[in-house]
Amino acid sequence: MNIIVCVKQVPASNETRLDPVTHTILRDVAAILNPFDAYAVEEALRLREKLGGEITALSMGVPAAQRMLRDVLALGVDRAVLLTDRAFAGSDTLATATALSAAVRHLGGAGLILCGRMASDGDPAQVGPMLATMLGLPCVTDVAAVEEITEHSARLLRLTDEGYQRVETSLPAVLTVVKEINVPRLPSIAGVLRGEQGEVCCLTAQELGVDTAQVGLKGSATKVTATSRPPVRGQCRRLTGTLEEMAQAVAQALRGKEADIHD
Amino acid sequence: MTELWVYVELCREGIRPVTFELLGKAAELSARCGGQVTAVALGDCDTGVLIAAGADRVLVGEGLPFPAEDGLQAQALAELCRRHHPDMLLLGATGVGRSLAPRTAALLRTGLTADCTRLDLDENGLLLQTRPAFGGNLMATILCPEHRPQMATVRPKVFPMPAPDTARRGEVCREALPPMESPVHLLEELPAPGGDARLDADILVAVGNGIGGDENLAMARELAQRLDGGLAATRPLVDAGRAPYPHQVGQTGKTVAPKVYLALGISGAIQHMAGVQAERIIAVNADPDAPIFAQADEAVVADCGAFLRELLTLIPQRG
Repeated sequence: MNIIVCVKQVPASNETRLDPVTHTILRDVAAILNPFDAYAVEEALRLREKLGGEITALSMGVPAAQRMLRDVLALGVDRAVLLTDRAFAGSDTLATATALSAAVRHLGGAGLILCGRMASDGDPAQVGPMLATMLGLPCVTDVAAVEEITEHSARLLRLTDEGYQRVETSLPAVLTVVKEINVPRLPSIAGVLRGEQGEVCCLTAQELGVDTAQVGLKGSATKVTATSRPPVRGQCRRLTGTLEEMAQAVAQALRGKEADIHD
Repeated sequence: MTELWVYVELCREGIRPVTFELLGKAAELSARCGGQVTAVALGDCDTGVLIAAGADRVLVGEGLPFPAEDGLQAQALAELCRRHHPDMLLLGATGVGRSLAPRTAALLRTGLTADCTRLDLDENGLLLQTRPAFGGNLMATILCPEHRPQMATVRPKVFPMPAPDTARRGEVCREALPPMESPVHLLEELPAPGGDARLDADILVAVGNGIGGDENLAMARELAQRLDGGLAATRPLVDAGRAPYPHQVGQTGKTVAPKVYLALGISGAIQHMAGVQAERIIAVNADPDAPIFAQADEAVVADCGAFLRELLTLIPQRG
């Protein structure tokens, strides 16, 4: 089964700056593979061991994202594709899913498309389900285990607010995975060398045949109009006195809230 | 007239509380722009409580199975939007809402802002959607100027629960949905080990690596139970196998918005605090220089075990 795994380059830290004029994200800090996507890559590798086939890592971003894709190649995926073009810049989740869906079609589809549950930077957790919808494919979010899989269907355990659901879906499908699903491997030395020598296939909007009015800033339905720093908390009050006195103060705070609830 | 829609999330226990919080907010926005609030339910429910919480109208889409798979619900919701052209559509940022909203937005090719912490109207009556980004390091205000509906999800407990006004009047409309089928079948629902985390409770007792031995962990659990609260944990504690994943709060876990967050032995790493949007944080840590103290409202420098023992003598067992 051929698998496409969607990966995103994110800033290594969340100390991120926005362009004060355009309000788009300034990508000037060290960049890494979105930690959530590492679980999707690992699951793709494990499924390939079971089912055979090829894994394509698919990303959209600045040309420098090739570095992150080489790291993914080092883990053992077969090929890497980067959608990179000024026309894609400033894409919101809708425009991103539009470009990715065009790329999936361009690649001839796949038996399975895996995504991380969300990205660590913007974290809206939208691209996976949007991508599935645009491709007309079933989508199962927050997958915690792939229990059984064939070419045509999969039995999955998904995390919900209450616990778990066991679901069955036809394939092809889009799955978003949670960290519970596996423990990602580290690259081998041979893998790192393979990654360094590996090719990252870069595609422009034109090569993809995507309508440039549907991607990038132009194709984005949402516009960031302002950014601000979150409100700062007031001064921290350090409790004093004996352990018993401090416990009494905390108990009072807790009980006060408890009274609110039951009244 | 501005049409504000609120998705009614139905679960086994009935209507999920975040629905009422959204209705309260929608009613407030609607009063300012002369709009109408419609609660959209994809199945039978108590329509009276929806009207009492702020709905002018309840639209019941009929024909879906219960529980309906998220993809089916998205199709149904998109279908109703195509029929009625609402200006705004608000959903709870619950597991269901987070899965359903992006699909609905993609079907309608409209914008969606996830996890808003503030909703407002600009001078043109557009929805100003403010959300944290970059693990809470930045607040972004987002507009959806040209596409409809303007869609937003909001986490539970971000907006207050409105006091029900039983004198409110509203209409109830029922509409048949076209027959739809889902390629995803629900086989069974399983309560999780740790599914009793209750991270939506008003009081959360949260534990980190500094909690100490298992007897301290047991005391924290006991305290949470006595307070009718939930038990949260940091990633290191979950990774060490000392608490199941459903308890995990932070960037790779859940985001919580309790009234009180009692942080026990939590250092205050950004990855953890990114998931904490508490009204009040009380931090207990043996290390007087723990970074959590910079983010807490009240600080207790003490050994967690000793402090918990003391605290438990003051909080009686329930009922």
